[in-house]
Amino acid sequence: MSIMDQNGGSVIAMVGKDCVAIASDLRLGNEALAVSSNFQKIFPITDRIYLGLPGLATDVTTLKERFRFRVNMYTIKEEREIEPETFAHLVSSTLYEHRFGPYYVEPVMAGISKTPSGGFKPFIAATDLIGCLNYAKDFVVAGTASSKLYGVAEGLWEPDLEPEDLFETISQTIMNALDRDAYSGWGCIVHVLTKDKVITRTLKARMD
Amino acid sequence: METSFAITGKGYVIVAADTTASRSIIKMKTDEDKVKTLSPHLLMAYSGEPGDTVHFAEYVERNIRLYQIRNLYPLRPSAAAAWIRRALATSLRSRSPYSVNLLVGGYDTASHDPHLYWIDFLGTMTEVPFAAHGYGAYFALSLLDRYHDPEASLEDGLIALKRCIRQVEERLVVTPGKYKVKVVSKDGIQEIDL
Repeated sequence: MSIMDQNGGSVIAMVGKDCVAIASDLRLGNEALAVSSNFQKIFPITDRIYLGLPGLATDVTTLKERFRFRVNMYTIKEEREIEPETFAHLVSSTLYEHRFGPYYVEPVMAGISKTPSGGFKPFIAATDLIGCLNYAKDFVVAGTASSKLYGVAEGLWEPDLEPEDLFETISQTIMNALDRDAYSGWGCIVHVLTKDKVITRTLKARMD
Repeated sequence: METSFAITGKGYVIVAADTTASRSIIKMKTDEDKVKTLSPHLLMAYSGEPGDTVHFAEYVERNIRLYQIRNLYPLRPSAAAAWIRRALATSLRSRSPYSVNLLVGGYDTASHDPHLYWIDFLGTMTEVPFAAHGYGAYFALSLLDRYHDPEASLEDGLIALKRCIRQVEERLVVTPGKYKVKVVSKDGIQEIDL
């Protein structure tokens, strides 16, 4: 039993056409005993960046608070909002600061970044528990159901999905993967980010 | 075997903990109060490593009181729970972590609603409609999935609590025996004799 599996939980992020989506389950457990069915692991960082933190729940809460503080400090000092690429490095260095006594989380982030020409570009990334960044053009997964999420996402994802189609793809991916994982599930939440709005929906999932 | 339960209802939170203090297989005491009153509208049930529990509970109690004296108003349940969680999360990565599990129940006098937080020794915290710690949790949680009603009156809430206690008595190998039951609502805290 790894410490990463103590509380359970999974997150996935996907790229679409000028949009990104990030989804997670809502379970909080104590090993096999489920404690809560409304434990949020995805947090809004700015209007255009969402961060998912699957892993040890105490570190999920600690890091959520820590990133809020660090992003606030950045916003005050720079007098502008943080960009997804910059935030990814903030996450990476925050985790690497604890290289020899890490926080047991594997962050997944999704955002829409501004290009120099004034356009928008979807951005997703994930890191391991010590902050090794992994950028992807398609999707990133993390958590206790990560192996299952890879399998389903590999089969369902295709390039240039519109927001509504991306929502359907990510929803089907997470729900089908979670049904095969005892440590994740108990409801899902999906956020679809486009350049001018965020669509948040909770899914009616299996509750067993 | 230490067990504690907490149930929210319409305008109240019931917090109950068994009253045994044991060392290994020996019962040392059967009237230990393991539910602390932190402020006029805040209760905390604690269990875990003997010694750590009382020490940590008193540390929390005095800090919550200090806040109230300095600021002339008490911490709201969500703020108090967040502070307690942080104390445990910091302690987890220290040389000698506290191993204390908590149920923090309170009535928010500003928004007029009850709140219950499940906190474990790692610093894991979540707000829940009902919660339990210890071996009793394995029986009580599934039972409360069936019988808990967030709109239940205090009488009905106490019936649900009695169901939990009875189930634990019936099925758990080592039953805790007596329970201390306290309720927090808009009128403050009252102790209930089951």
